[in-house]
Amino acid sequence: MTQYEGITRRGMLGLVGAAAATVPLDSGAAGAQAASGEVTVRMTVNGSATSLTVDPRVTLLDALRERLQLTGTKKGCDRGQCGACTVHVDGRRVVSCLTLLATLDGASVTTIEGLADGDRLHPLQQAFIEHDGFQCGFCTPGQIMSAAAVIAEGGARTDAEIREQMSGNICRCSAYPGILAAIRQARTEMR
Amino acid sequence: MDFLRPTSLADALSAKADQPEAVPIAGGTDVMVELNFDHRRPSALLDLTRVPELATWEPTADGGTRLGAGVPYTRIITELGARLPGLAMAARTVGSPQIRNRGTVGGNLGAASPAGDTHPVLLAVDAAVELRSVRGTRVVPVREFYTGVKRSVLASDELITAVLLPRAGGPQQFSKVGTRNAMVIAVCSFGLALHPGDGTVGTGIGSAGPTPLRATEAEWFLTGELADGDLWESPKPLTDSVRRRFGELVAEAAAPIDDVRGSAAYRRHALSVLARRTLGWAWQDYRTGGDQRCA
Ligand SMILES: Cc1cc2nc3c(=O)[nH]c(=O)nc-3n(C[C@H](O)[C@H](O)[C@H](O)COP(=O)(O)OP(=O)(O)OC[C@H]3O[C@@H](n4cnc5c(N)ncnc54)[C@H](O)[C@@H]3O)c2cc1C
Ligand code: FES
Ligand code: FES
Repeated sequence: MTQYEGITRRGMLGLVGAAAATVPLDSGAAGAQAASGEVTVRMTVNGSATSLTVDPRVTLLDALRERLQLTGTKKGCDRGQCGACTVHVDGRRVVSCLTLLATLDGASVTTIEGLADGDRLHPLQQAFIEHDGFQCGFCTPGQIMSAAAVIAEGGARTDAEIREQMSGNICRCSAYPGILAAIRQARTEMR
Repeated sequence: MDFLRPTSLADALSAKADQPEAVPIAGGTDVMVELNFDHRRPSALLDLTRVPELATWEPTADGGTRLGAGVPYTRIITELGARLPGLAMAARTVGSPQIRNRGTVGGNLGAASPAGDTHPVLLAVDAAVELRSVRGTRVVPVREFYTGVKRSVLASDELITAVLLPRAGGPQQFSKVGTRNAMVIAVCSFGLALHPGDGTVGTGIGSAGPTPLRATEAEWFLTGELADGDLWESPKPLTDSVRRRFGELVAEAAAPIDDVRGSAAYRRHALSVLARRTLGWAWQDYRTGGDQRCA
């Protein structure tokens, strides 16, 4: 790694990964001698200030589940296709499996664990129960986080719009009619 | 692995010059899939999400638009539907709402997949790509940008900083064939732009060749037909034979292969249908004066 001339590298780029923190990246791959530098990320998770030091390749999803024990967020595909890992970053919904934790310094993250108000369920959580919006429940946290953003964005005016806006969340049990009914009900309650 | 977090374009460019092997990451919707499945093991990642210069768009002096490489699809749809109708149509078909909240045109160009949805539109409207490095800035017409499957003229010390799109002087269309409505990689796709100002038309074909392609013969044919019939001045409905011939010429311009998503023969057939239909819609818009038809 070369040094920038005349500027402090850390100050300029917030570059992480100094030679000091050398952990062999992958002992399995022949000749992979790259040093792994960890990154420290400060963010707010469900309202609490959190600081994590991780390998730069760690996704938000893995950090939530494995470091913060917030296992409500599910890993269905790890490739952006199922929506089970949907959370909010700075109010926008994203798939946490394709979001690098290292890019989130200063961000505010909300997961399914942060939605209820103490013991009082969020209107969407209550509506999913009332309308049988799930069977196995694996996709449900992602469905609810996605729906919360759709309603907040005002994008749930018609059934067609709800279906279109929810197209990134797949339900293997095909609880779609219940999901739709639940969102319709919560939309009214959340306004 | 190094993780570079520049907070200005100047810093990003010096980082890229210093570590040309660093992989830029914008929305991450292509890069992360490769990382999660260990298809790629870069020695450094260059986070572009904190570079404010990449996340803006502005009108240009000639009425066009300079679109920062890092503006996500969601913003293209909500903020630029009227200025960039064709690109906004393509943006609406990308992935899912979650993918559109992160994915960018810069990333689509950086990946340079022949299946990328923005390419047919960028070709049809004759956009240009702005590339920068510490050596300077160059502007490459998108028609010269793609060099092979997932390859482009982008040099290892360069970043894509913006896309320059001319003013939409007439109707634009984008259409794609996929196995379902959401989250599909195009089996094939087609972009069309009518340019009443100089009496020309632009085309772009996606997912039917090693790179996105232009259907030059089809453009010439249609340009000629519209001029011969004086149709720009007195727009009559296009005859079936003109639309059909246009579709055939688009299909002939493609160089598709057989793969899991579709056979070459199917792709050619589907392209001729897409071309015929998008021409019908675009021409109808031109005739009725509505140049901002929604998909
Ligand atoms: C579930 C899913 C569905 C998808 N559906 C579609 C679809 O329907 N249509 C479609 O076209 N694509 C689709 N994609 C692919 C992807 O979302 C798009 O290609 C998107 O435009 C990539 O943008 P990004 O900002 O996320 O790119 P990134 O992943 O950040 O980057 C992609 C590539 O470009 C490079 N890069 C990024 N920005 C720059 C820059 N400024 N300068 C130089 N290089 C740069 C990166 O190094 C990388 O090689 C899908 C992906 C997923 C996961
Ligand atoms: S686990 Fe993230 S989208 Fe499937
Ligand atoms: S409830 Fe089982 S996947 Fe949706």
